[in-house]
Amino acid sequence: MASQSFDVVVVGSGPGGYVAAIRCAQLGLSVGVVEDDRPGGVCLNWGCIPTKALLRNAEIVGLFHRAEEFGITVGEWKADYAQAIQRSRRVADRMAKGVEFLFRKNKISLVPGSGTLKSKNVIEVKGREGAQTLEARRAVILATGSEPKSLPGVTIDEQRVISSNGAVRAEARPASLIVIGAGAVGMEFADVYRAYGVEVTVLEALPRVLPVEDEEASAQISRLFTRRGMTVRTGVKVVKVAPAADQIIVEIDAEGKRESLAASQVLMAVGRGARTKNLGLEALGVAMERGFVTVSPTMETSVKGIFAVGDMAGRQMLAHKAMAEGVVAAESIAGRSPRPVDYGNVPSCTYCRPQVASIGMSETAAKADGREVSVGRFPFTANGKAVALGETEGFLKVVADKRTGEILGVHIVGPEATELIHEFAVGRTLEATLEEIIHTIHAHPTLSEASLEATLAALGQAIHI
Amino acid sequence: MITKVLMPKLSDAMETGKVIKWLKKEGDAIKGGDVIAEIETDKANVEIEAFGSGVLRKIVVGEGGQVPVGDMIGVIADPADDIGAVASAPSASAAPAPSPKGADAPAAAPIPAMESYRSVPATNAVVPMTPMPAQAPGRDGRVKASPLARKIAAQSGVDLRVLQGTGPGGRIVRRDVESAATAPRPAAAPAAVATAPAAPRPQFVIPGRTEAEYEDRALSPMRATIAKRMPLSKAPVPHFYVTSEVSMDRAWGLRADLNGLEGQPKVSITDMVIRACALALLKNPGVNAQLQGDKLRIFHRAHIGIAVALDEGLITPVLRDCDVKPLAQIAMEARDLAERARGGKLRAQEFSGATFSISNLGMYDVEEFSAIINPPEGAILAVGSVLEKPVVDAGQIRVGRRMKMTISCDHRAMDGAMGARFLQDVKRLLEEPLRLLV
Repeated sequence: MASQSFDVVVVGSGPGGYVAAIRCAQLGLSVGVVEDDRPGGVCLNWGCIPTKALLRNAEIVGLFHRAEEFGITVGEWKADYAQAIQRSRRVADRMAKGVEFLFRKNKISLVPGSGTLKSKNVIEVKGREGAQTLEARRAVILATGSEPKSLPGVTIDEQRVISSNGAVRAEARPASLIVIGAGAVGMEFADVYRAYGVEVTVLEALPRVLPVEDEEASAQISRLFTRRGMTVRTGVKVVKVAPAADQIIVEIDAEGKRESLAASQVLMAVGRGARTKNLGLEALGVAMERGFVTVSPTMETSVKGIFAVGDMAGRQMLAHKAMAEGVVAAESIAGRSPRPVDYGNVPSCTYCRPQVASIGMSETAAKADGREVSVGRFPFTANGKAVALGETEGFLKVVADKRTGEILGVHIVGPEATELIHEFAVGRTLEATLEEIIHTIHAHPTLSEASLEATLAALGQAIHI
Repeated sequence: MITKVLMPKLSDAMETGKVIKWLKKEGDAIKGGDVIAEIETDKANVEIEAFGSGVLRKIVVGEGGQVPVGDMIGVIADPADDIGAVASAPSASAAPAPSPKGADAPAAAPIPAMESYRSVPATNAVVPMTPMPAQAPGRDGRVKASPLARKIAAQSGVDLRVLQGTGPGGRIVRRDVESAATAPRPAAAPAAVATAPAAPRPQFVIPGRTEAEYEDRALSPMRATIAKRMPLSKAPVPHFYVTSEVSMDRAWGLRADLNGLEGQPKVSITDMVIRACALALLKNPGVNAQLQGDKLRIFHRAHIGIAVALDEGLITPVLRDCDVKPLAQIAMEARDLAERARGGKLRAQEFSGATFSISNLGMYDVEEFSAIINPPEGAILAVGSVLEKPVVDAGQIRVGRRMKMTISCDHRAMDGAMGARFLQDVKRLLEEPLRLLV
């Protein structure tokens, strides 16, 4: 069997893996990356990036529907869903090629195949062209990510019951769709399909959509989705998913009452589970907790020399958190002492229309934490730029500690919310308080003025409302 | 070739230095290695040597001028070199103008005065929150702290200037202030004892009093360093203390015998304690250790810092490699270090790098005390006087010489039993002092 030797072997080339690999290479380590799909992982190929392309299509379709509002008369027009999918594939291809380029630039060897740890520093890779072993002289970084979960007894066949993996590939859209799970993935696909005329029903077991977000954000999105013709049902338990003749029946339990819903397709978006099978973790005694690999602040597992980053290492399953962890793992392996990832300061973003973004604690969580809070809100209806854009849905909410002005959490529903959140991400990293935000001049007219105004509102000084 | 003479960084804690004296004049020929100036650091006066050869073309910082580490203080160049660009280039900071050649200008030395704070910007008045806490002035005294840390400090009465930041680049962040706010306040007593000049002043007639009830003096660099460093130890380093009493009868006798030998250096009790500690440290490496971030650094040498009281504070010169030096050599070198410390003539490397320290206040009739650890060291031994006491010996009361010593240990790096075992070894060595000679 052929064999190669590297300082560091990274298993998986998603955002956690490829960033770790590049950072290792920058720090002078030789790196081999094992990947059983195209480089870039779920994020670039089947997740974040292609769905953002689809959501952009949905946004443009939405604007066409609103053409009259802008005084534009559009003749006959047609939005071809297959072409939207094709465009999203081109976008994903381009980003994946970008990763390949970065690997070449940093002299990182891509080893196609699936890897299994044979010992703590030997990985067997089985690829199309046979098997080979890789020796990791310094460390192994595991970054195998996650895959969609299903409900007990429900098989994802990617035909009738699809996951995000199927949805992002399917050029045909169903006439009607039941989305199970109102997290970011479920809400984003609901948005896309609805824009292309699909009858969409969103089911959520918890009492509100986007359950990790602030309650006001959930309520606002629920309202807006309903207004766009979607059926949003929260607090309902899916009992059974059964394919019938040419449709699929979803039995639900809504506050004790059984109901049957029918649609041509079901999108399973109940969450994701770590991909840890066949990695050889059990034999090496790598500690796991609830399906995720347990890691130290430097991303090292219970076995010295084996690191894990990204979705498989638990906590927030977000690409940007995986990248941050990849850097920490790489620097730690190279003998630096990196600052550990601050899991309390990871932005959370949902790219439906309007977008939802947040950082830090919700108002409820802050109060539960025993904080005396002051809250400032600012609606985009009072923001000049938002009015000019015709994107006035949503608000920006700042939750601060009343005594110190510490920015405990920020919650945004509205245009470019996912961009706006970073003012507060930087602010929180630097431990800025409300005062530093209000002493920062915000350009006029911008959506960012909402940040200033909500902050002023938290101090009882809002000017424009 | 043009060589810039820069204010050297002579110790880890050094941020600024003051030019005491130029030993060369503008126009003097300089060879590499020539001593060209005397610099006062926060710890001592140090002579600096020229790196380049040529002529001292320009003195940029005159005598009495104080500048941050790294600032240019002079220019050495060949007589033909055009130094215009170098000499006139603004330095990293606005250096004080050189004093006229030969003129003393100590009064103009810009030592930052502690009481002059930057005032709070008026715009803050509209904010219904606690105003920003006062900031020390300018570049030298600037406290790097996050806005949130400042607010919490102001509200909880924590002095930011004494904190060591754990944020990026040493920035003081929220957790630093919060842990300081909950940490026990530094005990002032031991530090005060250690630094007391102890000059008795039996005055019954109050001499002419000034109008002012008090005066605020600028801190001397040494006092400022002590003020900054001591809370860095006491607040974040969890100290524990172990005290032991040693029978010094035999050590006392041995010392008298040794000092009776002609041609041998005089040996003090401190020297014997140094030797005993060095041997005990080798046996107890866990005490010869310091916490370095997430690692424990265990030293394989015993470099022992010896606290020397000065009128204006104290300094801890380091006696290196005590583990391999015989008692006589320790005695000679310790005396030399102490004398030069009192004269402010220590070289920079002579007051850094200790792995363990000893503070002996025995000469002040102190029975026992506990000392504050000098970070990053892991422990310090406080030694009291050798006192004559009634002791019980085989059921009989007799007069014996006893000495108490207290070790302060960093509990993050070691535990009580380790300190106790170390102390037990020191005690055994001093009680069987011939072991110090073999």
